[in-house]
Formats: sequence, structure tokens, C-alpha cells
Amino acid sequence: MKVTIVGAGPAGLYLAILLKKIDQSHDVTILERNPPDATFGWGVVFSEETLGALKEADHRSYIDITDTFARWDRIDIHHGGRTMRSRGHAFSAISRRSLLAILQRRCRDLDVDLRFGAEIDDPRRLAGETDLLVGADGVNSVVRRMDEGAFGTSIAPLGCKYVWFGTDLVLDAFTFVFKPTDHGLIHVHAYPFDEATSTWIVECPEHIWRRAGLDGTNEAESMAFCQDLFRKELAGHRLMSNRSIWMDFLEVHNESWHHGNVVLIGDAAHTAHFSIGSGTKLAMEDSIALANAFIRREDLERALVDYELERQSVVERFQQAARESAEYFERVERQTHMPPLQFAFNLVTRSGRISHANLMLRDPPFVRVLDAWFSERAGVGELRPGSLAPPPMFVPLTLGSLGLGNRIVREGSDESALVEAARSGAGLVLTDLTAVSPEGRTTPDCPVLNDDADLTRWVSVIDAVHGYDARIAIQLGHAGRRAATEPRERGVDLPLRAGGWPILAASAIRYTPMSVRPRAIDEDDMARVREDFASAAARAVAMGADAVELNFAHGYLIGGFLSPLTNRRTDAYGGSLEARLRFPLSVLEAVSAAMGDRVLIVQMSVTDWADGGLAPDEAIDIARRMSASGAGMIHVAAGQTIAGGRPEYRRGFLTSLAGRVRAETGVPTLVGGYLTTPDEVNTIVGSGRADLCLLEVIASDLDSLMAEEPRAARPMGAG
Amino acid sequence: MNVGIGLPNTIPDSPGDAIAEWARRAEVGPFSSVVALDRLAYEGIDPFIALAVAAAVTDRVRVATMIAIGPLRSTGVLVKQAMSVDALSGGRLTLGLAVGARRDDYEAAGVDPRRRGDRLAEQLVYLRNGGDGHRGLSARAGLELLVGGASGSAFARAARYADGYAHGGGPPRAFENAVARALAAWSDLGRPGRPRLWGQGYFALGEVERGNAYLRDYYSFTGPFAEKIVAGNLTSPRAIKDFVRGYEEAGCDELILLPTVRDIDQLDRLAEVIGR
Repeated sequence: MKVTIVGAGPAGLYLAILLKKIDQSHDVTILERNPPDATFGWGVVFSEETLGALKEADHRSYIDITDTFARWDRIDIHHGGRTMRSRGHAFSAISRRSLLAILQRRCRDLDVDLRFGAEIDDPRRLAGETDLLVGADGVNSVVRRMDEGAFGTSIAPLGCKYVWFGTDLVLDAFTFVFKPTDHGLIHVHAYPFDEATSTWIVECPEHIWRRAGLDGTNEAESMAFCQDLFRKELAGHRLMSNRSIWMDFLEVHNESWHHGNVVLIGDAAHTAHFSIGSGTKLAMEDSIALANAFIRREDLERALVDYELERQSVVERFQQAARESAEYFERVERQTHMPPLQFAFNLVTRSGRISHANLMLRDPPFVRVLDAWFSERAGVGELRPGSLAPPPMFVPLTLGSLGLGNRIVREGSDESALVEAARSGAGLVLTDLTAVSPEGRTTPDCPVLNDDADLTRWVSVIDAVHGYDARIAIQLGHAGRRAATEPRERGVDLPLRAGGWPILAASAIRYTPMSVRPRAIDEDDMARVREDFASAAARAVAMGADAVELNFAHGYLIGGFLSPLTNRRTDAYGGSLEARLRFPLSVLEAVSAAMGDRVLIVQMSVTDWADGGLAPDEAIDIARRMSASGAGMIHVAAGQTIAGGRPEYRRGFLTSLAGRVRAETGVPTLVGGYLTTPDEVNTIVGSGRADLCLLEVIASDLDSLMAEEPRAARPMGAG
Repeated sequence: MNVGIGLPNTIPDSPGDAIAEWARRAEVGPFSSVVALDRLAYEGIDPFIALAVAAAVTDRVRVATMIAIGPLRSTGVLVKQAMSVDALSGGRLTLGLAVGARRDDYEAAGVDPRRRGDRLAEQLVYLRNGGDGHRGLSARAGLELLVGGASGSAFARAARYADGYAHGGGPPRAFENAVARALAAWSDLGRPGRPRLWGQGYFALGEVERGNAYLRDYYSFTGPFAEKIVAGNLTSPRAIKDFVRGYEEAGCDELILLPTVRDIDQLDRLAEVIGR
């Protein structure tokens, strides 16, 4: 097979090596625009897992690579005048220049035709002259650009502005430096890669970069700025430039990685933000998968399909994690006030790839101390050398008058489900939506709390929940334009076929095209609804509820005021944020006054997932205002403001939004978003993304098996 | 987990009696359902007509669309077709609906694809709410509805209006990932219980090249993606068994194996592999 590879980076060279090893008769040529020793960037990072793959794929180059490696297992986090350390993260790195030299040498040994200084002006002609044309030519791939329509290419900037320096300071850990300046927070990702040099990447969001005047600096000036800024951390060492200029990270995505006899590998096919350090790793793994596909398949098309099927799903997972990480660094300034240990845990768990349980294996002392610190902060136990404490999920929480035994919240739609949730060990049980008036019911059988006669049905439930040492929050709301629908067994937002009632909303817009059109609420209605909320809350308190949650989310009556998509009013209650907040805040204040010292939780959608709708920045301002008007906690929700939004459902889809609300407003948060495991709860609560987690327990066969076991047969000490 | 089988209603050149023959054999085989696909601008038999034939020669198996492209039909026509099949089968219809992926189907139907999401939502509400009895277009209250699609909106639609989610095919890992999203949507919308989860995969036993050629042609509108579907074609008993096990472990309720070759012995060979 005649193979032409464009680009002599790690992916292209490694592919050539592996193809020649599979079949020495393959005719492999690499075309590279630059000379052999020209390289940009400094060191590249590998994980243990990648090393295993390299060892298996080509032992010769593996030995050469590992001989020149820098290895470390520590992450040092310099923040707030302190250094927090976490161990057990096996990394290794090599200078990009050495890596290329090793791979080039290996290519020559294997008779790969290496041509440097080769300008590629007509990739289409190249494709016609070879059996397989490989685009290994990076982010700005010429091969890919020949037909981006066929590859389905999309490219978008991601994260901060960054610049990639070297330094002669030899670090002994992966190092993060967070440096407050007059212009804002500027931070560093740095790691060693050989005996004399480390990579030193400086990063900050674009607005800070502009405020610091870095947009107007040349290469030397910006290096001098960084050198001066990190004088202390560099400890007298210098920064070095290698065409080190400020850049935007470009995330490359391709629907298809091959087209005809052309295939893309590495950065030409996909990029993942450098803050998870996976670019070279992913590129070389692509080469391994592509070469292996030719062992399994003789047919070119089938081999390319196998390669793509194997790699695309893996790469998508890394890109998702890398996006989380890039977004974390873009907003990290807003959480620098976190306690240092929690800040460190939050940083380590930012991409979702490391959890409380993973870190427990990597760095047991870190997790032990984190747990003990977390307990002490919650007023339980004392943080001393060697302290032991339960994981964050089982640490009590005191919020004003509300004392919870743990961080688990479970929802119950009826009396028996609520009692069962309390019995299962949840610290807090949360009722389904309870309407403040009959017109505000979602469905005909939605409970209402507008009459003293309603109290009696609740008292026994509340007593039963208290009997299991759990607390109960009554969720109050008015369904607005989502009222008067069929029971949810068959679906949601299905208009009632018979027995409907007139409904109200901020503006007279139907929820779905089939919904009943609501009437726009007037001031008299507002006064009545406000009074309904306040008296329902007073009743909840009177019957012994421990907290009240106001549902201001999901496009219900009050949530409908907050979003510009559903509030089209031209009076004092619509338009500016201040106006949209006027009625919701008046309801909140009225409820707050009726609550005595009981805790008030407000549930709100912090994004509408729709164009022109509420987005997190504005929603965080709203959360701040809710807190100032009496909300002791925000229950973070998203979407459902309109029926046609574009929701982003996956496990933990609300976690990072909850983290933003908590970090940026200082208000405690409660979050759900399909959390099903204790590990998720420990990670979220321990990292300060939320204070309480709504857990959905998936029953297991083992539950029933063990429940059937006779109690007497259990050994001593087991329950 | 139940295993159902696809009818060859979109495999070109199937003989006129193929649908009835497949349905008859499925009824006595280890299959829980027979399923029809829906494409307008492609040779084949209309799914509701295929299911009507299947209903007439069976008593036990469910008859299902997986999926029918709802918005290609007006709501009235869709309800009439679906409820006809439901009546002919004695209430054995499971109606899977989605917006589909082909623009030329919409062109052939003379329907504006830009409103397809809203149209599907309207149809689902209409079906769910019993249709319009005054016009003789009632929908049976207990009719089982599934929604397919891979976007966030599709998962929301399934949770908002249907009884479950119909996955579009792929390895068990992809199904598992989609299930997590379907369950997240179900819980976010406050639906009680859990959704019914249907999965699907193509197979060809023997006759692999014929099966692959059909898939290449059927999915040619997806461009290079067609080859990925071909790569997923289950072409050995072992591949089918692994696939079935993988789906079962991922929480699938009903797995549909779709033929890529129209010959009836494909069904017999599959029955032997499934062998329940």
C-alpha cells in the first residue's frame, strides 16, 4: 500500500512507524512543510494508560521515550499564598523536540521516506497519486481544508487566551499558579519535561487579558510581563519564548474523519483543550488505532470505518471533559474565595474525570483530610492530625433553623413515597409541587395547600418523616400556564380533556401549541397570588414542615416572569431584569415574612436552553437577589421555561450550573440532574458545587435478595 | 428483555407475500413483536399497511413502528392509519414516532421540515389525549407511544409525551449512554415510573454482502455514516448473542433485530440463534 502522510508531528511519525512494522512493503512517505528540527511548544504530557499503549505498539520507541522522560505524581496548587498538594497522579512528559527526534530516527530505521521542507499546495492531486492520504497536519490541516464540507468540520474558540513558554526552572510537580492582579486573575499550568526545562503556560480570560494591556504587546513585551508577574514562583529563573504568542484555543470537531481515501488523525481530526493535557496522547492513540485497523481489514474503506468507530466515541468523551475543564479555568476567578483545600479538590475534579472515589485511590491522605476538614467545618468533630470522618454525603448540614443529618435529598410524589424516602436514609425529603390555590394546580389531583382542612392530611406524613429522623420541605408553586393538565402517568403538559379551569401567566402565550391560552395576570390577581403563597407557607409552617421550597422554575407562574421569552409585558412587571423581578421578589418577601425562622428554598431555572432566553449570567444575578430577599438556598434547575427548548440531558447535567451559582453568589445550593450514586454526591458536596444533592436511587437485584434474608441469620455486627 | 424482529418492508424487491410470511413465522418463533420501518422516498411498503398485513396473520406478537416519521402525515391521517392497525391487531400496536432524518422524505410529502418538531409534538398530544371522537378520529387511551431521536429535544419529547424511548441503533455502549439521557429527561419532567426502552440492530446471517449492500443504499443519504452502519451489521451468531446480552445489561426492554436480507430463512436462522 502506498501511504502519504502530511505532517511530521507525533501522530504522523508514529503512524508511519506502525504501518512499516505491520508490513515492511508498505510504501510510506511523510511530507512536512518545516525543517526537521523546527518545533513549536515545549513539553507534552502522557498518562500511565497512554504509556501502556505505546509500550505495546512499539517497544523500541517506547524505551527511547521513557529514557528521557520527566515523571512526577504530584499536583501543586499555588493559591492565596499557600501551596496545596495532591499526590498519586502518575504523569510523565517529554520535550516535544526529543519526542520528534526519537520518532524521526525510528522512521528512518524503518525506511520511511521523510521529506522536510515540502510545501503542500495541492492535496487533491496527492490523494490521486496514493492509496491512502493521511492528514496529520494539525489544527490548521491543509488536507482537511481541501474538503471541510465532506468532513463536516466545525471549529470554535474555547476557554481563555493563553501563551506557551518554556522555563529553566525545573519543577517536580504539575504546578498550577493562581495570581491575582489589578486586572484580574492570571493563572499558570506548568510541568517539567526534561532535566533542564519546564513548560509554563500562562492563561487568562480575554477581558482580563485586554485590561492588562496584553492585547497590544509583542512577543518580548508579553514575556517580560509574565516574567515579572511570576517572579516569585519562577524563583530567579527565566521564561523562554519559542514563537510564544497569545492564542485562542480552537476546538476542532469533524463529523467524519475520513472521506474517500483521505483520513484525518490527531489535531487535524479533533482537539481537546490543553488543560486536560491530552492532545499528543489522543493523536498517538489515533495512530495506533488506524494502524491496527489495517491488520484487521484489507479493504481500505472498512479499515477507515473501524478506525473511526473505535476512536470517535473515546475522543468525544475527552472533548466533553476538556470543555468542562476549559470553562472551569475561564471562570476560576469567581471561586478563588473558596477555602484552599476545597478549591484544590474542586480543581482536581473539574473535568468530571476524577471523583471523590478516584481520588481516594490515588491520594488517600488528601481525601481523609478533606473529609475531616469538611466535617469540622460543618461543626462535627475536630480537624487534627490523623482525624477520621465520614465522607461529605454523610456530614450534617445546619442551615438556619434547619438541621439535616446528611446531604441526601429525595423526592416523593405522594405520602407513602415521602415516608419511604425518609426511611431510606435521606436527610431531607421534598414533596412534589403543592399548589397555593386550586387554579395553580398542575393536574386535578395535584395537592393544594389553601385551606386549614388540608393540614390534617399532612400532619401524619410529617410525623412519620420526623420519626425516621429526616426533615421535610413542602414545595409550593403555582403552575401558571402549565396548570390544568392531565395526570403525569401518561405524559406532561397534556391539556385536560374535561374539567379544565381558566389559567394565568405573565403573558398570554400558550405553553405548547395545544395548550390552553392563559390570561395575562393583572395586578389584582398578583395581589391574590401573593397572598396565596404567603398563607400556604404559613400553613406549611403551622403543620410542622421544616422548610418550604418555592418553585420559581420550569416556566410555572413565577418562573414565567423571570424569562424574557415568557414575560412580554410592557408594564412595570416586564422588560428590564428589575421589572421582571418585581412580582417574583414581592412573592418571595411575602412568603419570607410568613415563615418565621424556617428556611426558604427557591427553585429556579438558571438557563432556558433557548435563544433569547435566560442564560446563567443573568440567572446568577437573579439568584443573588432571591438570596437578599430571603432565600436561604437555591435549588438549581434548568429549562422547561418553554416546551421547545434544547435541553442538554446527561448524568449530572446541572452540576456545573449549581457550582457556578454557589461560587458566584455564596448562596447554598441544592442540585439534582439525574445523580444516582454516592460518589457523585461526595464529589459535588465535597468540592463545594452544592450543599445538598437530590439522589435518584436505582434499585438493584441485590436489594431484594438481601431484604429477603432472614434477620436472625445475619452475623453479629451486620446491622 | 423481549426480542422482536423487523419486517422486510423497506428492503427493495421483497415479494408481495414476504410481509405476511415473516409475520406468520415470527408469531410461532421466539419473537415478541414485528416491526416496520418508515421511509417515503425509498422503495418499499408503507409501515402501517405492512403492519395491517402482519396483524391479520398473527394473534400474539405486538406490531410496532420503529419508527414512523409522524410529521410526513397530517395528524388526522396518522391517527387514522395508526388506529386502523391498532383495531386490526386487537390493540397490539406500539406506535414509535420521530421526526426522521431525510429531507427528501419531507419533499416527497410536500411538508415543510422546519416545523417538524412542533408537528410531532402536536401529533403526540393529539394521540395521547384520545384524538377527536367527534370526527371519528379517536385514539385508544392505552395506546403505547414511543419517541425516537438523539437530540436533547427528542429526549424531552419522549419524556413529555410518550411511554418510552426508541433508540436508533448502535453498540450497547451507545444505547446505554442514550438510556442515561432518556432517564435524566424522564426524571427532570417529573414522570412517575420509568420509560419503556426499545433498542434495535441490523443483522444478516450468511448473505452478508447482500445485507451490507442494502444498508449502504438505504443509508446513502447519510454520506460516510452509512459505512459505520454497515460496520455494525450483525453477521454472526456470536455477534448477535453478544449484542443481545449487551442490550439486556444496558436495561433494554425490547430489542428489535432488523433484517437486511429479505429471504425468509434469515428469520429462521435468527430464531435458532435467539433460541428462547
